[in-house]
Formats: sequence, C-alpha cells, structure tokens
Amino acid sequence: MSDYTPPLADIKFAMEAIADLGAIVASDRYSGADEATVEGILAEAGRFIAEVIAPANRDGDTIGSKWQPGGKVTVPPSFEGAYAKWVESGFGAMSFDPDFGGGGLPWIASIAVQEMLTSANMGFSLCPLLTQGAIEAIHVHGSDEQKATYLPKMLTGEWTGTMNLTEPQAGSDVGAVISKAEPADDVAPGAWRISGQKIYITWGEHDMASNIVHLVLARTPGSAPGTKGISMFLVPKFFVNADGSLGDRNSVQCLSTEHKMGIHGSPTCVMLYEDAIGWLVGGENEGMRNMFTMMNNARLSVGLQGLALAERAYQQALQYSVDRQQGRAIGAPAGASSPIIEHPDVRRMLMTQRAWIDALRALIYTNAAAIDLGAAARTAGDRDGARTWQELTELLIPLSKSLSTDVGCEMTSLALQVHGGMGFVEETGAAQHVRDIRISPIYEGTNGIQAADLVGRKLAMRGGAVITDLLDEFDGRGAALARVEGCAAYAEQLSHATALCRTATAHLGEVAATDPRTLLSASSPYLRLLGTTVCAGLLAKGVLAAAGKDDDYHRARIASARFFGEQILPTVSGLLPSILASGAPLYGLSASQLASR
Amino acid sequence: MNVIVCVKQIPDPALPGALDPATNTLKRDGKLILDESDSYGVEMALQLVDAAGGGEVSLVSMAPNGEVSGMRTALAMGAARGVLVSDPALQGSDALTTAKVLAAAVRRLGGADLVIAATESSDGYTGTVPEQMAELLGLPSVTFAKKVAVEGTSVKVQRQTEEGYDEVTCTLPALLSVTAGVVEPRYPSFKGIMAAKSKPIDEVKAADLGISPVGWAGAGQQIASVTQAEARAAGEIIEDDGEGFTKIVAYLENLKVI
Ligand SMILES: Cc1cc2nc3c(=O)[nH]c(=O)nc-3n(C[C@H](O)[C@H](O)[C@H](O)COP(=O)(O)OP(=O)(O)OC[C@H]3O[C@@H](n4cnc5c(N)ncnc54)[C@H](O)[C@@H]3O)c2cc1C
Ligand SMILES: Cc1cc2nc3c(=O)[nH]c(=O)nc-3n(C[C@H](O)[C@H](O)[C@H](O)COP(=O)(O)OP(=O)(O)OC[C@H]3O[C@@H](n4cnc5c(N)ncnc54)[C@H](O)[C@@H]3O)c2cc1C
Repeated sequence: MSDYTPPLADIKFAMEAIADLGAIVASDRYSGADEATVEGILAEAGRFIAEVIAPANRDGDTIGSKWQPGGKVTVPPSFEGAYAKWVESGFGAMSFDPDFGGGGLPWIASIAVQEMLTSANMGFSLCPLLTQGAIEAIHVHGSDEQKATYLPKMLTGEWTGTMNLTEPQAGSDVGAVISKAEPADDVAPGAWRISGQKIYITWGEHDMASNIVHLVLARTPGSAPGTKGISMFLVPKFFVNADGSLGDRNSVQCLSTEHKMGIHGSPTCVMLYEDAIGWLVGGENEGMRNMFTMMNNARLSVGLQGLALAERAYQQALQYSVDRQQGRAIGAPAGASSPIIEHPDVRRMLMTQRAWIDALRALIYTNAAAIDLGAAARTAGDRDGARTWQELTELLIPLSKSLSTDVGCEMTSLALQVHGGMGFVEETGAAQHVRDIRISPIYEGTNGIQAADLVGRKLAMRGGAVITDLLDEFDGRGAALARVEGCAAYAEQLSHATALCRTATAHLGEVAATDPRTLLSASSPYLRLLGTTVCAGLLAKGVLAAAGKDDDYHRARIASARFFGEQILPTVSGLLPSILASGAPLYGLSASQLASR
Repeated sequence: MNVIVCVKQIPDPALPGALDPATNTLKRDGKLILDESDSYGVEMALQLVDAAGGGEVSLVSMAPNGEVSGMRTALAMGAARGVLVSDPALQGSDALTTAKVLAAAVRRLGGADLVIAATESSDGYTGTVPEQMAELLGLPSVTFAKKVAVEGTSVKVQRQTEEGYDEVTCTLPALLSVTAGVVEPRYPSFKGIMAAKSKPIDEVKAADLGISPVGWAGAGQQIASVTQAEARAAGEIIEDDGEGFTKIVAYLENLKVI
C-alpha cells in the first residue's frame, strides 16, 4: 500500500520557471488569479486529493466497477463517497466559463489538479476527464439551450459526460462509424433517433451521478462516407424536464463491461442505442470538426497520465529503496547490509525515473501554457501571437501524448523493478501502476497515430519552421547552460541532439512528398528523438532559472536535469540512422513470409 | 450567533521539524499550515453558526512572519474574518503570554458568544492556553468538548472523560476546548478558496493590543534543557501457534492495562 504525496514544489517550479505561469496570469484574460492564488489552490486541492481520492485507488483495482444484470454498473463503495466529495470541492470547474459556474482560471491550473487526481487514482480520474471533454464540446458547439440545460450540472460533476466514437469496425479510423441518426420531429422539433452499438465507452454507465450526458458520433441519412459525414449528438441518459428535473429514461443501455488489464475502477462499456432520442451538437456533418476542438486538450490530458503514474510509482519505489536492505554497498563496513538505494544500479533506476518525471512535467506544462497563451493572445486581439502559440500547441500535442505515455509505461515498470520480487506481488501495489498506465498509449489516438500526425501534419507546418524555431530557442540557451557549474556536458549533448533533430526533420521534409512509406516508417523513432530533445531543451530553461539560487531545492533541480542531459538524452543518437534509412526493410518480408517460419 | 476560533499555524508535521539550538524552541521560519487540531474547532464553529441560522465565525492567530496560509485554509472553509498577531517581539513567548495575546485579539474582535480552541496543539501540546484565555477573558470554560449544542443563552456540551462523557451546561458567552476528531472538517472548495482571498485579516502587533512585556522578557517559564527522547526498544514478536492470544493477554495483564 502506498500513500501519495502531491509534489507541490515541483509542480510550482514547472509552472513558474519553465512554463511561464507569470505571463499567463499577467494577461487580461486570466487576470482573475495570480501565481500565489494558483499555488494556494493547488495546496488545498493536493491535500484533498491525497486524503480523499488516493485511498480509494486500491479498491478501484481489487473491487473494480462491475456490470450487473439489467445493465446497471456499480462502482467500489469508496468511489461513491470520494466522487460526492469531488463534486462538493468544485475543482472540476476551475478552468471553465464563469457564465456556467466555472472559475475562469488558466488551463494549466486544471492540468496541475488533473496530474494529482490521476496520480492518486487513474481509474477514478477518467470520469471527470471524460466529463471535461464533453463540457468543452457542448460549450464550443452546443446551442444556447443545450449549454443552459447541461453545462451547469456537468461543471459541478453532478452529471457526468462520455464520448462515444468507437465501434467494432471503427477504432483508429473514426470515419468508419456506422451508427445511424434519423430525424424524429414527431417527438420534438430538432430531435433525432440514434441507433447503433458503441464499444469501449469509458464511464458509459455508473451510479455515481444522477445523469450521464452521452456525446455520440453517428451518420444522418444521405451523409457522405468517411469523416465528412459524421455528426455529433447529445443523448442524455435521463431526459431533462423544462424545470431542470430529471424525466424518463432514454433508450440507451450498457450491455456489458470489459474485463481489462488495468484501470479496473473505470467501467469500459458496450453501449447500445436503440432509437435513443438525441440532439445535434453543432451542425449536421460537423461531428469531426467538433472532435478536433476538444482533441488537443483530451490528448494532453491522456499524455499527463504517463507523467502522473510515473510520479506515483516513483514515490513508492523510492520509499522501498530506503527500507529494503540487501547486499553491501561500496564503502559500507564489512558484514553490513545496505539499503538498496545505495547500489549504483538502483540509483540509476531512481534517477532515471526522477529525471524523466521532471522532463515530462516540463513538456506537458509547457504544452498547457501554450494553450493558455494562445487563448490570451486571441482575447487580446493579437493574431500573430495567437498563431505562434497555436503552432507550438499543435507541435507539442503528439509529443505530450506519445512520449509521456510510452515513458510512463517504462517508468512504472522500472519502479516495479526497484521492488525486486515484491514488485511482482500484487499486494505491494507497484504492479497496479504498470497495468493501469498500459492503456494510455492506446486510447485517444494510438501512439502510432500520434507519430503519423507528427510527421504528416505537424512537420509540414510552415515547412518545418515551427520545429526549427523551437530548436533555435534551445540552441540559444546552450552557451548559458554550459556556464552553469557541472552542465557543460549537458550543453554539449543538447547541441548534438538539436543537430540530429535538424538533420532528421530536413530529411523527412524531403521524403514526405516522394516516399510516404519511408516517412511513416520513421515516424515513431522521430517522435522519440524530437520529444526527448524538446524535454532536454525545456529542462535547460529550468536549470537557468535555478542556477542563481543557492539552496538545496534548486540544486536538486539542476542535478536532475543534468542527469537527463548526460544519461538519457544521449540515447537518442542511436535513433537517427533508422530515421534516415529507407522504409523498405519494414516490408522486406511479405505478410505470408512473416507467418511462415 | 458569533463564534471566534483560535487557529494555530504550525510547521507541516509531515516534514521533519527542527529545534533552534540557541533557544531550544521549534523553528518556524518555513511555511506554516493550519494545525489539524484546530480544523475541528473551525468545523464545529461553522456548524453551530449554521444551526443558529445566522452569525459569523472569526479567527484569532498568533504566528511569526505575517503567516496567513493556515488562516486562509480556515477562511476557505467558511470563516469570515481574522485577527493575526505577528510581531518579532513575540519570539520567546510562553503559553501565558500566548493566552494574553489571543485574549486581547478576541477583545479586538468585540468578543463573541462562544470562543473555541483545541484541547492541545499538535506542535506545542502544552494544553493550557485555552483555560488561561478563559480566565483572562472572564469566561466560563468547558474542556474536552466532543458534542456541542447551543440552546438559547446556554450551551450544552458532552465533555469527554476516560469512562465516557459528562453532560455539562454552561451559560454563554463561554470558551470551549474541543477534542480532535469529534467532527469531520470540511475541505475547502474551489469557490471557498477564491472567496477567502478577499476576506479581511487584520494584522496587528503586540503593542497594538496593549500587551507588554512579551517574548523572552515576558515569559514566566524557562526552557531549562532539551533532551533526546529515548529510542524505542525493539518489540517482542509472538509466534502464533494457535494459542498466541493467551500470550498477548498475559502481556497486557503484565502491563496492568487489562
Ligand atoms: C480502456 C479503454 C477505454 C476507451 N475509452 C473510449 C471512449 O471513452 N470512447 C471511445 O470512443 N473510445 C474509447 N476507447 C477506444 C480507443 O480509443 C480505441 O481502442 C483506439 O482508438 C484504437 O482503436 P482500435 O482499438 O480499434 O485499434 P485499431 O485501430 O484496430 O489499431 C490496432 C493497431 O493498428 C495501428 N493502426 C491502426 N491504424 C493505423 C494507421 N492508419 N497507421 C498506423 N497504425 C495504425 C494502431 O496504432 C494499433 O497499434 C477506449 C479503449 C479502451 C481499451
Ligand atoms: C520560555 C518559553 C519560550 C518559548 N518560546 C517560543 C518561541 O520562541 N517560539 C515558539 O514557537 N514557541 C515558543 N515556546 C513554546 C510556546 O510558548 C508554547 O508552545 C505556546 O505558546 C503554547 O502553545 P501550545 O501549542 O503548547 O498551547 P496549547 O495549550 O497546547 O494550545 C491549545 C490550543 O490553544 C490555541 N492556541 C495555542 N497557541 C496558539 C496560537 N499561537 N495561535 C492561535 N491559537 C493558539 C489552539 O487552539 C491550540 O490548539 C516557548 C515556551 C517557553 C516556555
């Protein structure tokens, strides 16, 4: 059993010294809060989350959410109490529109709360997360009436939300959706009848909230094939009467829930819509456009899961490494049994986790800040600024999503390794993190799809200049970094890595037009190369901020970044050859040759 | 119904504390938080005001460096205002001086129907400040309160004892010290935290309250010396061969606890 301690100082450092929270709260748009206010909110939110949400994490795993005959889904008893308190806390509404009960705070503040909530209890955190996505879609694309009817209760969390995209034949390819929508003006003007089966619907059914607002992708009669013909419908579990009270039940039911490797607390539902009544969100055939609006935030939040579980697993591994005595460390007296934290290989495991956690936090909070600074620039009428921040956001999203979730899998596994045999034993709790995080590279666009997005869409932005601008920024930091005591080698590695990124980026820019197969073959190693380099460049910003401060906390920031620069960053060197190589060998064996052995 | 709650702001107990070797007092230069012991008093006060259907909860605190973090937590829970006494001259104050300062802060707020403190703080646990305050304020005091109900001009208190509880009735105004764990303190909500930002905290010095001498000069007590607590002896492990319970019973009998 492990406790969770919110890493408040590290979150503050990432927000203030790396992601530039100061610039965000200095903008007119976010003038309602200053850095101290955000810090105060996170301290209270962190205490609440650690004391109320984290203790239910094991129940989520061992009891889980369960489908009951008749289509009800029950959650572990501790989830119910924790969810009611989450609703009372109001933290879920922090960054939403004050007109509907939100707090109007920058997104980065919500990201910090989400990080803690996810570390505390990932299965639980998915319920507010899906609700958040549905809120955004309704807020941007819904009618005034839909907003007034649904948003206030969704912002508090009294009602939850879901996203229904996936069908058995439509996973990565959302355009293959076949669920149908037909006009139902006989029921009410503007109503539609929705029919079809959706699978893998997170928190699709449960008893923690009095109503569930499903957003469902379906096709209207005569719609174009593919993504162009998809519309989004709002389908409430219970109809809402004119006075706001709940009416009859809609014709949507949960047929079953999946038995999964992890996140057992989060029910993953097969949902059946049989002439369920719904309403269009936005225009007909604009479902994909709606999805794009909320996609960046959703992907960032899933990326955050990698960071959050790496953090949780690290806390536990660190504690174990201090408690467990085994073998004699170098320099310890003969016959002594040393805590395993004293062994170099264990140190490597711990430092690797620690440095990656700092690196991912730098990446994700910078990504969140780019979203906020873009919004602030739009509010201020600064079109150039808005475009620049939007480009950075777009570039960082696939990195935040893929790199963080891939590394999250690696780091939770490393945390388990620190436990030795105890890690493999379920009671220890280390295994739960490994199992829970494994979904994150799969959903919200698989990491393969993210890599394709990076080399397909993002690389082409301003002909690759969005990437090279960022690399220029890192190179510009190199000289100052080299002057920080102990950071010369880090600076050298950073400049080497940015050079590799330039070579790879230029090469992929060339093959993009002529050899799409080679381009896509290189996508995953390229994402790892660029993502790791971006992390190192952002950590360097933190080093420069910490360098002037002569205290233990800031020295630790530098030590961790230095480890990243010297021990983790150099691993990208081996990726360049595979990026530059032709994609042909990937097809060196035909499908039948792969099978005949 | 107006209630004043004493809220001590203390170093986070989760972090390793340290003594100042020169004065043998606890170092308090880092960030301070609301003492958990006082979160029960704040919750009880909020419930009493709620039950009365009107009134306010106010706070008094004495802490170094103008610290307000812990008071903000209590304000975010729902208290309306506070008086903070923060003054370098107060360094070295003993329990009686602390009580004088807090009593004066209570008067500055114009008094209240009820003053609430914790039975003892988590860091100092002298366990005397509330009763000293009651004497200074000329109020009746009820200690170890676990359940409190206001009825007209008096307060009915279940007072925890070793065997169970006493039922005590006392006229208002009065001062109560409440036992830890008797109510479930609410967590500050997001809205509560934002609202707390604009709630007034009146920061004053000892002189503003007309109290002197204070600090080392005013202390009627001295810290003669500080010694390390004895290391805990290793426990005894009893193998359970099915009769293990008899050994545990014998062990407890030996300690004269059963
Ligand atoms: C626990 C859980 C919760 C989920 N929650 C939701 C939810 O709330 N709502 C919802 O709508 N969906 C949800 N999903 C569905 C999830 O988003 C999909 O599983 C995911 O999009 C992948 O689709 P798929 O499973 O059909 O895999 P496939 O699309 O069949 O992919 C299989 C493999 O092929 C690769 N691949 C596929 N196409 C390409 C391509 N064009 N280029 C390169 N590689 C490709 C993929 O990367 C993957 O490795 C959830 C899934 C799970 C397991
Ligand atoms: C000679 C001497 C010098 C000292 N010098 C120092 C010093 O320099 N720095 C230092 O930190 N300690 C010092 N102390 C210790 C300090 O005086 C006592 O610990 C303190 O005043 C009494 O606090 P307590 O927490 O032990 O009281 P308790 O009687 O255990 O407190 C009971 C309740 O009273 C209320 N209360 C108590 N103190 C406060 C407060 N400050 N604000 C609001 N409510 C309160 C709370 O509700 C608390 O739960 C000194 C002690 C002595 C004897």
